[in-house]
Amino acid sequence: MSAAPLIEARDLVKTYIMGDEEVHALAGVTFTIPHGGYAAVIGPSGSGKSTLMNIIGGLDTPGGGALVINGADLGALDDAGLAGFRNRTIGFVFQSFNLLPRLTALENVELPMMYAGVAPAERRLRAGALLDRVGLGQRKTHRPTQLSGGQQQRVAIARALACRPALLLADEPTGALDTATTEEILRLFADLNAEGVTILIVTHEMDVARATHRIIEMRDGRIVADNPVPHHRAVPQGALT
Amino acid sequence: MMTPRDLFATAARALRINPLRSALTALGVIIGVASVVAMVALGQGAQKQIQASISSLGSNLLIIVPGSANQGGVRGAPGSFNSLTLADAEAIEREVAGVAAVAPSQRGSAQIVAQGANWNTRIEGVTPSYLAARDWGVASGRFFDDRETRQARKVAVIGATVARELFPNSDPVGERVRISGGAYEIIGVLDAKGQSGFGQDQDDIVLAPLQTVKRRVSGRQGRANTVSQISVKAESEDILAQVQEDAATLLRQRHRIGEGDTDDFTVQNLSSIAETMQQTTQVFTGLLAGIAAVSLLVGGIGIMNIMLVSVTERTREIGLRKALGARKADILRQFGLEAIVLSLAGGFVGLIVGALAAWGITSAMGLPLTVGLMSAAVALVFSAFVGVAFGSFPAWRAAQLDPIEALRRE
Repeated sequence: MSAAPLIEARDLVKTYIMGDEEVHALAGVTFTIPHGGYAAVIGPSGSGKSTLMNIIGGLDTPGGGALVINGADLGALDDAGLAGFRNRTIGFVFQSFNLLPRLTALENVELPMMYAGVAPAERRLRAGALLDRVGLGQRKTHRPTQLSGGQQQRVAIARALACRPALLLADEPTGALDTATTEEILRLFADLNAEGVTILIVTHEMDVARATHRIIEMRDGRIVADNPVPHHRAVPQGALT
Repeated sequence: MMTPRDLFATAARALRINPLRSALTALGVIIGVASVVAMVALGQGAQKQIQASISSLGSNLLIIVPGSANQGGVRGAPGSFNSLTLADAEAIEREVAGVAAVAPSQRGSAQIVAQGANWNTRIEGVTPSYLAARDWGVASGRFFDDRETRQARKVAVIGATVARELFPNSDPVGERVRISGGAYEIIGVLDAKGQSGFGQDQDDIVLAPLQTVKRRVSGRQGRANTVSQISVKAESEDILAQVQEDAATLLRQRHRIGEGDTDDFTVQNLSSIAETMQQTTQVFTGLLAGIAAVSLLVGGIGIMNIMLVSVTERTREIGLRKALGARKADILRQFGLEAIVLSLAGGFVGLIVGALAAWGITSAMGLPLTVGLMSAAVALVFSAFVGVAFGSFPAWRAAQLDPIEALRRE
């Protein structure tokens, strides 16, 4: 089974009814992403990339077609099953970080492990190690307001990795960051990918998409292009000016 | 799924974020629980006092008084016809089973004069068995005996109120007083009994031998051997009703009252009077507690209101928690527990406030204080129930939120 891809989407369809008009957010999307992949989904707003991300992340259910992620058929999971899937299989990274302001960095990273039922002592240990990993070993007891945007996003990435997910799902992860910080975060993603973490970034910035290994371009609910990034190399200093 | 410990820590943390709001919300429950506890304590205190004062008249006591006279179809006031006699009292003592003491007595009122002070009081002519029938005792000095009663000696035993009014600074035993013109020697002072259940000062009394009172105080009122009252003490509460029945039957025979005719006497059972009074206070207690419970209801609505506001404010947090793996049940429990912690804390503080208020009110009104374990337990269970009842809907709303919508909310 190791040959099976991490994500296998076939003819995904999602239709919303808006008033008396049907909006085809996804109109038959088919693709696969292998274990250890690093890809970006790009497209203008309304292209269906957010809907695709929500469905892959288990926040929404597909209206048609088949979606199997890490062996789980997402069309067949109920609410509790989807919650468990989000908890263990997916690590979310959001544009606006979404850290709980009253909790310290450490407590924010512990949160998903709380829902996974990890014992407090182990939770604390793992959260600490993850903050060390993203370079915030000295900021564990800081609250989000005491951290810069880049630092907050690192905490969010540590939180996303807390339950050792099969897939890191990032929605415009650099949308709220300046260029220098964007580079830092992308370098962290590249490092994590090199360590074996599968990463899927949804973005509308071509520069961010080019930092990945593969760009899937969407328009009107369909994939219009799916190409490897040519001459891929590690992001050099100052490449994203 | 979150462990109970994590759930509790999360709820406590959320309530600490806005301490003033949490305190004000809990205040509704505090007031509700406090007033329920105070009202119930007040009612129970009143009941206890009634019980105590009724039993201070004497336990297992029947009081027989003459009935109304019926002459030619015209009915007089109760007691207007002296139908009870000393012989009736002796017959009851002799023939009714289960009687512990029988005490005939003759009432009157008199002016007592002592060393320039004077006092108008009730004078009661009794026999020595009166003390046993009324569960009474002598605080100082002694009571008169059978011989002194027969000989109609001019001796008196006075109640605590009379002693205080006439002899504020000295021991009345051995002093001489004038009652209705005659000179009497005070030979004893009765134990203080306090107010009766009917508001009468039981210590405002002078006891003298029955024959003395009949001859010298009541004057020519009635025939020589009539009495105004017979107190009958039964041996136990269980046979009280039987003794009442037997005494009535005996008196009917003695007075030659036929089947269907009106009795010329009344047998009063103090326990049944006490029961009636107790039922009345019970109704009042229930009414007061019911009104107080309405404020608890209002407190519960306050909790619901604030929890709904809280869910709206924390929509994004709820969305995030769902994205991180919280199930509907986790969110439901988190917000439900917040409401329960809030109302339980309110209930606990309310219990203390209510107990203090009950203490203040009862000591001001001179009632015995009773804040039972029972009402404490009821208050806490009730406030937890309020938390569940009024926290469920906001928590359910939170659990139903669509995570995508919730995360998009600013």
